[in-house]
Amino acid sequence: MKFGVVVFPGSNCDQDTLHALRDVLHQEAIFLWHKDHDLRGVDGIVLPGGFSYGDYLRSGAIARFSPLMQEVREFADRGGLVLGICNGFQVLLELGLLPGAMLRNKNLKFLCQYVHLRVENTVTRFTRRISPGRVLRIPIAHFDGNYFAPPETLREIEAGGQVVFRYVDAAGEATESANVNGSAGAIAGLINKQGNVLGMMPHPERASEALLGSEDGRLIFESLVDR
Amino acid sequence: MRVRILVSFKESVLDPQGQTVKNALLTLGYGFVRDVRQGKVFELALEGISEPEARRSIPELANKVLANPIIEKFTWEILEDEKKV
Repeated sequence: MKFGVVVFPGSNCDQDTLHALRDVLHQEAIFLWHKDHDLRGVDGIVLPGGFSYGDYLRSGAIARFSPLMQEVREFADRGGLVLGICNGFQVLLELGLLPGAMLRNKNLKFLCQYVHLRVENTVTRFTRRISPGRVLRIPIAHFDGNYFAPPETLREIEAGGQVVFRYVDAAGEATESANVNGSAGAIAGLINKQGNVLGMMPHPERASEALLGSEDGRLIFESLVDR
Repeated sequence: MRVRILVSFKESVLDPQGQTVKNALLTLGYGFVRDVRQGKVFELALEGISEPEARRSIPELANKVLANPIIEKFTWEILEDEKKV
């Protein structure tokens, strides 16, 4: 497969994401500059982590108006696979490709640590290589990861199986202390109704090689890759 | 013409920064502070636009860009001192 990693001014996980796709997953992967209007024939798009436009205004709020986002939206509307990681998730929320918004972490701290994720839906294009009930250990690094959605939206995404990852403890239990940023429903990752757009706050690209401390994130990329 | 737009969290959204400021004020002895909501202020200098046009365009751009309607609300005003000029 050919992947495009979108680069905004302030993206800082673009290199790591390209490395994971190219060197770990052995896929074709290219950078896509946010000012362009050309997806260059990619089969999948990753919006990487970082601080696009310095998080000015709101995280992801300016990046959503980047020229390439028009193509990304059309690509998603046609059923193309889009993965938003951390700031990429925030951009997808601002774009309206996923429901809800991000608030500052409940403890008002930038959180940079490993978390445990329960995979709530293993029949998606992003999680199909993960066995049901599996708990993944993947790091987070964000200030604004406290997921918010109005109650009716929360009911809808829960009922529709759109919650893909939830913050849990090492035993897989959804406790209050495991929900480190205070997200509604302890939601760490969310998919759209059509099943082709996933946003997640944790960084799978930072957990795709044993050398980095965890290989659990690679399961997400492996799910994404055609075989 | 200059306009001021005030963006703040909806009442239904918890504002942890406002809560922290409130706690600080209470600690300092300002016990009369019941609640604090923190927001953002934007001041826009406009030109080439009439007041009726501004009254249409400002809410539009505030909803589209300055505020995220899922979590935030806004109020806005034309700055009076400018109006007199």
